[in-house]
Amino acid sequence: MKNGFGVFLAAFIALGLSWCGFVLGPAKQLGAEKQAAVLNSSDTYPLQPTGNATLGLQVYRANGCAACHTEQVRQEGVACEVVLMKYGKNPVATSNFVSTLKLTGLTKDEADAVSDQITAAGGSVETHIVPVGTDIARGWGVRQSVAADFLYDNPVQIGSLRAGPDLANVGARLPDANWQLVHLYEPQAVAKNSAMPPFRFLFEVRKLGDAPSPGALQFPQGFAPAAGCEVVPTPEAKQLAAYLLSLKADAPLYEAPFTPVIAKP
Amino acid sequence: MNRTETTDLSTLEIDASCRVPLLALFGGAALWLVVGLALSLAAIMTFHKTDMFADCPMLTYGHAQAAANDALLYGFCIPAGLGVMLWILARLSHAELVLPLVPVVAANIWHLGVFVGVVAILIGDSTGFAWLEFPRGGSVLLFAAFLLIAISAVATFGQRKERELYPSHWFLLAALFWFPWIYSTANLFLVTHHPVRGVAQAAIDFWFANNLVFVWLALVGLGTAFYFLPILAGRPLQSRYLALFAFWTLILFGTWCGIPQGAPLPAWMPAASAVASSLLIVPLISIAVIACKTVCGASVTCKGGPFCYVKFGTAAFILSGLMLVASACPQICRVTEFTWFGPAQAQLQILGFFAIVICGAIYELLPRVMGFALAFPKFVRIQHWLFMLGILLWAGSLAVGGVEQGIKLNNPQTAFADSTAVALIFLRAGTTGLLFILLGSLLFAANIFAMTIKWKLALLKTVIAYIKSPLENESDRAEAGEVKS
Repeated sequence: MKNGFGVFLAAFIALGLSWCGFVLGPAKQLGAEKQAAVLNSSDTYPLQPTGNATLGLQVYRANGCAACHTEQVRQEGVACEVVLMKYGKNPVATSNFVSTLKLTGLTKDEADAVSDQITAAGGSVETHIVPVGTDIARGWGVRQSVAADFLYDNPVQIGSLRAGPDLANVGARLPDANWQLVHLYEPQAVAKNSAMPPFRFLFEVRKLGDAPSPGALQFPQGFAPAAGCEVVPTPEAKQLAAYLLSLKADAPLYEAPFTPVIAKP
Repeated sequence: MNRTETTDLSTLEIDASCRVPLLALFGGAALWLVVGLALSLAAIMTFHKTDMFADCPMLTYGHAQAAANDALLYGFCIPAGLGVMLWILARLSHAELVLPLVPVVAANIWHLGVFVGVVAILIGDSTGFAWLEFPRGGSVLLFAAFLLIAISAVATFGQRKERELYPSHWFLLAALFWFPWIYSTANLFLVTHHPVRGVAQAAIDFWFANNLVFVWLALVGLGTAFYFLPILAGRPLQSRYLALFAFWTLILFGTWCGIPQGAPLPAWMPAASAVASSLLIVPLISIAVIACKTVCGASVTCKGGPFCYVKFGTAAFILSGLMLVASACPQICRVTEFTWFGPAQAQLQILGFFAIVICGAIYELLPRVMGFALAFPKFVRIQHWLFMLGILLWAGSLAVGGVEQGIKLNNPQTAFADSTAVALIFLRAGTTGLLFILLGSLLFAANIFAMTIKWKLALLKTVIAYIKSPLENESDRAEAGEVKS
């Protein structure tokens, strides 16, 4: 390169290409994304968060929570799981036969073969799709995070460091609002060995009146505030907790399929 | 002011023309280096005693870490790099700095912008995007200031006497072009009233962060290293063609890196990024060969001076680049992703590579620009040792801690608390390193400020002498004044 124009052209081409790829590409591909259809259901996902959950995202952003928490669950793949639904005419024989088979961690072909065998023996089965991966084994999510999970987030707080656990599905994992608030006020009270700093500035310690204030925190034994005092969350704390409870990445989607397990009553 | 007529400017005059702009840029940069490292230290204190800042929202990890990163990157790296760039461009052009007042004004706007941004982050007004935390008010000031400095830089480049470009030119000019593009893109797509929707935000932020922290710093740092290595080693750059190859491959592949492998984006994006990252090994090897061939065989010993700084910085760049390549490899990424390995790479890039190359360059050029020796010449050697040890300890323990943490994190039978506990040990050990770097930065700031004060005192003396001078020969003085102007 002999002159300034050559350098300009080189930089223009190099940066222009990556700009088209990593700025224009996602803006076109993902920027116009709409709600996705939930598999085997007429529902759409995600629902637009409202009220305190929307405001709570701004508390999350302002306090830089994403510096220590990710909101992305990784998945290494999927496996099939054969679940016996009915024993059929000869329950004991079917049950004995099934107990000799490997039912989890199967490929699609293996699962088909196993279900054929069980059906031949008289039982009836269902094949479930189960995502596998370390994050899922830790219980952080039921499936991998996908683009649809972040549709309504602004700013998207995806995070890049796990000094604390992943929060992609925390609303489904820990659905108790009081637990979330106590955890913010005094993490060690509910999570032993937690390395999270307490966020006491989001709470007010008040003198106890005639009756406890509505919304005052319920502490587990041994962590109660000083006698005659109560801890009341500020609006920011309530918003943050509402946001955390709204984090539920638990819908099966086309790009992240799984068979939802419906808890029996 | 007939520039075309003054055919042979002495280097003294060129250096003198840069004096005020460089002092304005370096003074603020030195201050932000200290502030940024102090904030880093405050941030890491949360890991020593979790409830240290439980009642002080400003210094909690989430606030202080973002403020520290941005103070180092925007407050120190960019203005200090621009200052060195202006001087190199003036020297390579054999011309005085054009419009020297513009960078002075711009430097003040820039540092004001950084101040606005850092305060905004501390009071909870950050944008929430990594490496782009400054809110609109701060970024507009930064953008305007950068353009002003670029005008002066390009005008100086236009004054050059030889048409042929030197390798440093490519790197520095590309950097001048790079920043306005990426910074305006990131701000227009992310920090407006109508940002892009959903996870496209994350993709654009990854692109921006990589292009600033890896590519921009590499362009300026290597442009500086390729100027100073041959001069300090006393032999020409080995070779020009290899440097051209390194430049092309660096900008071509480097700009596509930075999308993490596990990100919830369409699969082609992490895949493209992984390919580009593995190809990045090509420019890294070329740069290593250039540096080795230029330095080896030099009869100069460095003794902790600027030569040592630039050598160490270049080596740190290769290492940081290799860490980037490694963390894009799917097998390694599974362990290192979401661990302290990523911050280790960023710290090595910013402090180990860029800060040390630029500090070395400033120690080399400042005495020339000011026209007198460094105020505390002994500090140069001490700072070199403090920085070197500090970076090895700080980035090293973060990286090793990150790998340990990743191994535990990847075993679902291990409790999550174990993975944080193992990282804590390394974080605490690394704090010593951070302290060393902070001490070194204090020495750097002391030198810069002492030089500024010395110069201001000399200026004051001249003015006083001028005021005190006898008034008898009024007409003679007027004549002398005319000749001077």
